[in-house]
Amino acid sequence: MKTALKTNEPAAPKTRLSFIKMDGNILRLLIIMLTIFIIASITKPSTFLSVANFLSMEKQMVEYGLMAIGVGIAMIAGGIDLSVVYIANLSAIVAGLFMQKFAVAVSGPEQIFFIVLGILLGLLTGIVCGLFNGFLIAKLRIPAMLATLGTMQLYMGIAIIVTGGSIVSGLPEPFAIIGRTNVFGIFTMSFIVYIVIVAIVAYYIGKTKYGLKLYLLGTNEKASKFAGIKNNQIIIRAYMLSGVIAASAGLLSLARINSAKADFGSSFVMLTILIAVLGGINPDGGAGKILGIFLATITVQLMSSYLNMFPEISNFYRDMIWGIALILVLIVNHVLNKKSEAKLMRLTSQ
Amino acid sequence: MSENMISVKGIHKYFGGVHALKGVELQIKKGEVHCLAGENGCGKSTIIKVISGVHKPDGGEIEVNGVKVDHMTPSESIKQGIQIIYQDFSVFPNLTVIENLAFNKVLASKKKFVNRKEFRRIAEEAIKKINFDVDLDALVETLPVADKQLIAISRALLDNAKLIIMDEPTTALTKKEVKRMFEIINKLKDEGVTILFVSHKLEEVFEICDTVTIFRNGENVISCPVSEMDEKKFSFHMTGRHFAEVTEGKKRNLGETVLETKQLSARGFNDVSFTLRKGEILGITGQLGSGRTELSLALFGLLRPDEGEILIEDQKVNIPNPTKAQELGIALVPEDRLTEGLFLPQSIKRNIAITRLDELSNKLGVVNSELLDDESAKWVRDIGVATKNDEFPVSTLSGGNQQKVLLARWIASNPKVLILNGPTVGVDIGAKYDIHNLLRKLASAGMGIIIESDDATEIVNTCDRVLVMQKGQITAEVKEEDLNVKTLANYV
Repeated sequence: MKTALKTNEPAAPKTRLSFIKMDGNILRLLIIMLTIFIIASITKPSTFLSVANFLSMEKQMVEYGLMAIGVGIAMIAGGIDLSVVYIANLSAIVAGLFMQKFAVAVSGPEQIFFIVLGILLGLLTGIVCGLFNGFLIAKLRIPAMLATLGTMQLYMGIAIIVTGGSIVSGLPEPFAIIGRTNVFGIFTMSFIVYIVIVAIVAYYIGKTKYGLKLYLLGTNEKASKFAGIKNNQIIIRAYMLSGVIAASAGLLSLARINSAKADFGSSFVMLTILIAVLGGINPDGGAGKILGIFLATITVQLMSSYLNMFPEISNFYRDMIWGIALILVLIVNHVLNKKSEAKLMRLTSQ
Repeated sequence: MSENMISVKGIHKYFGGVHALKGVELQIKKGEVHCLAGENGCGKSTIIKVISGVHKPDGGEIEVNGVKVDHMTPSESIKQGIQIIYQDFSVFPNLTVIENLAFNKVLASKKKFVNRKEFRRIAEEAIKKINFDVDLDALVETLPVADKQLIAISRALLDNAKLIIMDEPTTALTKKEVKRMFEIINKLKDEGVTILFVSHKLEEVFEICDTVTIFRNGENVISCPVSEMDEKKFSFHMTGRHFAEVTEGKKRNLGETVLETKQLSARGFNDVSFTLRKGEILGITGQLGSGRTELSLALFGLLRPDEGEILIEDQKVNIPNPTKAQELGIALVPEDRLTEGLFLPQSIKRNIAITRLDELSNKLGVVNSELLDDESAKWVRDIGVATKNDEFPVSTLSGGNQQKVLLARWIASNPKVLILNGPTVGVDIGAKYDIHNLLRKLASAGMGIIIESDDATEIVNTCDRVLVMQKGQITAEVKEEDLNVKTLANYV
């Protein structure tokens, strides 16, 4: 029996393996992203390559980009979170109502204090919603798909009751400013917040003990139990994370359009799943990177903005296009997985 | 007429870049029980699939009854009387015994209407051939594994099988069932059916086979009558290694009691009391349903005891979950490596390091990847996991190496008590030898070890003392001086 133990010489094996470590999916996404960018730039140079277009793309992608990260985390854990859009709405509504009531009438530092409190309340709403999702999935063992389908309806219902079905608007000016501020002329404030959140979550999922456990649990729940991992804790935390990220999306949206509504952005449910899968998150759990979701979000936004520049392609086609895209991505992923398995076979056999 | 039922010559087979069969030969005489042995991945299964026409060979020829067959296909192979009983038995679990038995024949007769009476007649005829007593109206899924195999054999006989290939048929059988299986094999042999018996279990090969052929790495290394084979030669040809007689760590000094149970009861076993001392290897043997698996689960916090006490180093403990078990210094290498043990698509590194994450990360929970690399490299080296790189998924390893990864995971957590349920099931001889040596070494260093196994040789070779479990209770204790395969067989 050969025991090839080259692992103790530190440098050599790493370079040799770089192509395995380098997620093929990330590379693929970069190529797709750049291709769309180049095609769009060449065919629609005046409209596509404008500051106004970039600002509008940033604004749009931030919200569903964040929700897709929530969905992605749930997927890594071996589940899914269909309720992100409605957690976002509910959080925005809670924060919005609070600010309306307490922060509009006052001014100065007192107003800022209530705005911050409103933001925290919104985030807390997201955490509580996530906790409830996690509880249903981890403790009561309800399949994630069904649990979050149920809570999606529930959170929307709560939001409708709280608002009486009407729009929450008229927010204090300092909060609305977040949605209007641009940095260096080409970055919206919310985009910068988005980048910061992506970086933090990517680090948390990619580099910490918790992240590693999340991946292992997503791979094989039974084995992770046998390995002494506290499965319930990991799962619940994943959905809480998804909830708070969704809430932040809701708050950014609240700032951008200066209003919130119970059923805002319903079409994002589908889009967030598409992005997570396109980003390389394995719907069976245990694999995929946050960076992939980020790149997939940009890719989808580029596509979407580009399609918008053709008046002959009606918005009615949008859903169909995203549906086809999702199925195509699933098929392509399947084929590529088969290929990489075969490659691995060759590599590991002498 | 040739005296060979089947003869394959110079068969080559490639899968992608993998050279799975490197010009193998296999001659099976009519009416013999021929054993094909070899470690996992040696090409046993591939050659069977070539013979049955599932895989097309990339070179070489196949002769059946002395006649060359150019294009072997599954249907051609069945026409020639070749039948395979696969490990998964290829029966329809949701159908009754009758339906399973009669289906092929009725379908082949191309009748549009089916006749229940006809079904029954065919089925009765089939089971009579091997004196197999079974309820014909039972759903197959409700039957034990052994019966499913016998159904598959009966069905093969209905199709006028002349050569029956059995792919590791005894893996999931109890001792009694194996005995019955052997009786049936002998009966088939008397009736002139040729059998190719694929196995790597030494005792079985010696008991039932006339001739043995051994494959290693896609080549055949030897083919000879069983009478010319002995245990040492057999393992040498299988592995290409010579195994020294184990003496190291055989005599150990036992320390104080590390684990004790008092009248422990839970679902699956009751009133179990035993002690384990530091440096001791305690065997627990018993068949499926004896309660040994449940006992290990209870000790690892996966099954809540109804009654009784567990003591670690004389301290009464409560073990509500595996995390707590791990804190208390109990480790369990579970029964089913693939579903309970490993994270198959994840890297070998991650699979090993999982129990050490606390030590490998800082206060904020950030994993130090250098420490992680070192830890994994150290275990891969120390335990001898055969891999080119520990970034590969653990699924790319052989059974033996996968088991080593699991062992590494738990030894890394430095337990006081290491429980292994079926430590070498599906593990090749070489790795088995390594694992047994490793366990002895650990015991010598003071670890208390429990081996749960129904492999008598394994128990006898490694354990200091054995508890026999039956129907959830300890029915006998065998001390080292009385410990041999024969006495053990009497208890089980």
